[in-house]
Amino acid sequence: MATDTPTKSPEAAAVPPPRRASGTGRDRRGHQRLLTRRDRITLGLMAGVPTLLHVALVWVTALASVLLAFTTWDGIGFDSIKWVGLRNFTQLFQDNPQFWPAVEHNVIWFVVLILVPTPLGLFLAVQLDKRIRFSRVYQTAFFLPVVISMACIGFVWQLVYNPDTGLINSIIGANEPGHYIDWIGDPDLNLWAVLVAASWRHTGYMMILYLAGLKSVDPSLREASALDGADEWQTFRSVIFPTLRPTNTVVLVVTIIEALRAFDLVFVFNKGAQGTELLSILVTNNIIGESSRIGYGSAIAVVLLVISLIVIIPYLIATFRKERRA
Amino acid sequence: MSTLSTPAGAPPARRRTPVRPARVLLHVFLAGTALAWLAPLLWAVYSALRPYGETSAKGYVSWPDTLNLDNFTNAFEQSDMLHYFGNTLLIAVPAVLLTLFLSSMVAFYVSRFDFRLNLALLLVFTAGNLLPQQVIITPLYRMYLLTDLPGITASGKLYDSALGLVLIHVAFQSGFCAFVLSNYMRSLPHELTEAALVDGASAWRLYWQITLPLCKPAMAALATLLSIWIYNDFFWALVLISTGDNMPITSALNNLSGQYFTDPNLVAAGALLTAIPTLVVYFLLQRQFVSGLTLGSAKG
Repeated sequence: MATDTPTKSPEAAAVPPPRRASGTGRDRRGHQRLLTRRDRITLGLMAGVPTLLHVALVWVTALASVLLAFTTWDGIGFDSIKWVGLRNFTQLFQDNPQFWPAVEHNVIWFVVLILVPTPLGLFLAVQLDKRIRFSRVYQTAFFLPVVISMACIGFVWQLVYNPDTGLINSIIGANEPGHYIDWIGDPDLNLWAVLVAASWRHTGYMMILYLAGLKSVDPSLREASALDGADEWQTFRSVIFPTLRPTNTVVLVVTIIEALRAFDLVFVFNKGAQGTELLSILVTNNIIGESSRIGYGSAIAVVLLVISLIVIIPYLIATFRKERRA
Repeated sequence: MSTLSTPAGAPPARRRTPVRPARVLLHVFLAGTALAWLAPLLWAVYSALRPYGETSAKGYVSWPDTLNLDNFTNAFEQSDMLHYFGNTLLIAVPAVLLTLFLSSMVAFYVSRFDFRLNLALLLVFTAGNLLPQQVIITPLYRMYLLTDLPGITASGKLYDSALGLVLIHVAFQSGFCAFVLSNYMRSLPHELTEAALVDGASAWRLYWQITLPLCKPAMAALATLLSIWIYNDFFWALVLISTGDNMPITSALNNLSGQYFTDPNLVAAGALLTAIPTLVVYFLLQRQFVSGLTLGSAKG
């Protein structure tokens, strides 16, 4: 079914095409020509109801975020919505002391995830891909943090980092008054502390993605490379890694999205206190905090949306273009 | 697609080399790393097994005199955890079923009936699934507050109701599922449904009786994945539920830890208790979970 024509208007789908003389070759548009009127209605509902729900709750709200970002609104009556142009954005960029740190932390989040747990996950995957005994046991251990909720992980790592009772300070003797190392509260430390926990989880995720990618590497490539006398590292670098390109794309996108979505862990860890501000935390605090400003919160969400779409759209276009060729 | 490595008893590839030092070293490395990986969790288990009195007297890094499950039973009973597990069940079960039902219908439509908009439709669904939740939360929160449903939900609104959470889970997750399922359905032979159509089967029968039964493996994988994701959700309930009593367990943990879990040992026990259902599902259905996770991504 490679010959679809998505450029035409969607409405055309709802209207049955004029009945062409049947038997003039196979209509390449699936089973469409065999459908009764009732079938068309059924199909319309089958595709329409889920689409309506998804569009209403995800895309209409995303669009509403964009519109509300240029307004002020008390949230009660629609007539109190007032257009204020770019005021929310200028306030956000110029006056909010948390905004630029949050952007910076989101960037750091991504950079750390892509530089530490991602290569580590790839390394583990390559090791576990070598017909090794107990491979499954090791995989389960590395993957376990991915299954557990971020909230639970936040609590578990609090037990490690707690200045009084935590594992680290108890071991290094920093739990005495005067010697405290406040991993959770100190704005110079807490982002890195929480990033250790985030990396701990991300490694297992990346390992599983790379293991799946490695499974699809043609074994004869490896053999050919070994016959040519290449050592393990050379084989990996010039034969295996280039064939992992599709996986690398997925990994990159997943990591960026994870960095933008980071929320639960930080919220449980220290509620996004000074040092760990993130865009997602700012949006949420604006809703559940005391002074909720809808337009202002939406402006932060728009920043998040724009960054996300810059990543998502090219990725999806590339993915779907490939699908159509396939 | 089995992504897990070869089963333990798989026949060795051709001439299997005898034990090499490199292999031993690799095992030492992997075992060490795996243990280090589990350390934070094991530490939580260890803390949870010890009475608070003992740890506060001897310090947390100390040899145990008593190990028991008291913290677990206390955490479970004092906070009425069962109630919150019930809330989760009330949200997760309908959400998983509805997501699979709706997304399989969309997938069926776009994979069998190439109605021109199939790519556009999939694009919309998939892109929506990739958005950070915070992008839509402000208007969504207002929309939920403004939607009056007197008599339908206890709160009289979408806000603070299980229904509201089910809907947003379904809307959000159906993107990923529709993408995975449509890829899966496309790999089914076209002649199968074509023949049934020629025989006069309705579109609904084509979906319900012919296509869906063939999708069982993909549906099982997605069901496992969705159950864990929805169970683990923290954010939606945090913002869209206001009454503490209506919270699902993962989000309730945050409140409970302040109210009932007064010492680190109880916090550890409480947090671990919430992880148990996911771990059980994961260990029982590991293969489904992992294949589901890579089903969507390996395609890209």
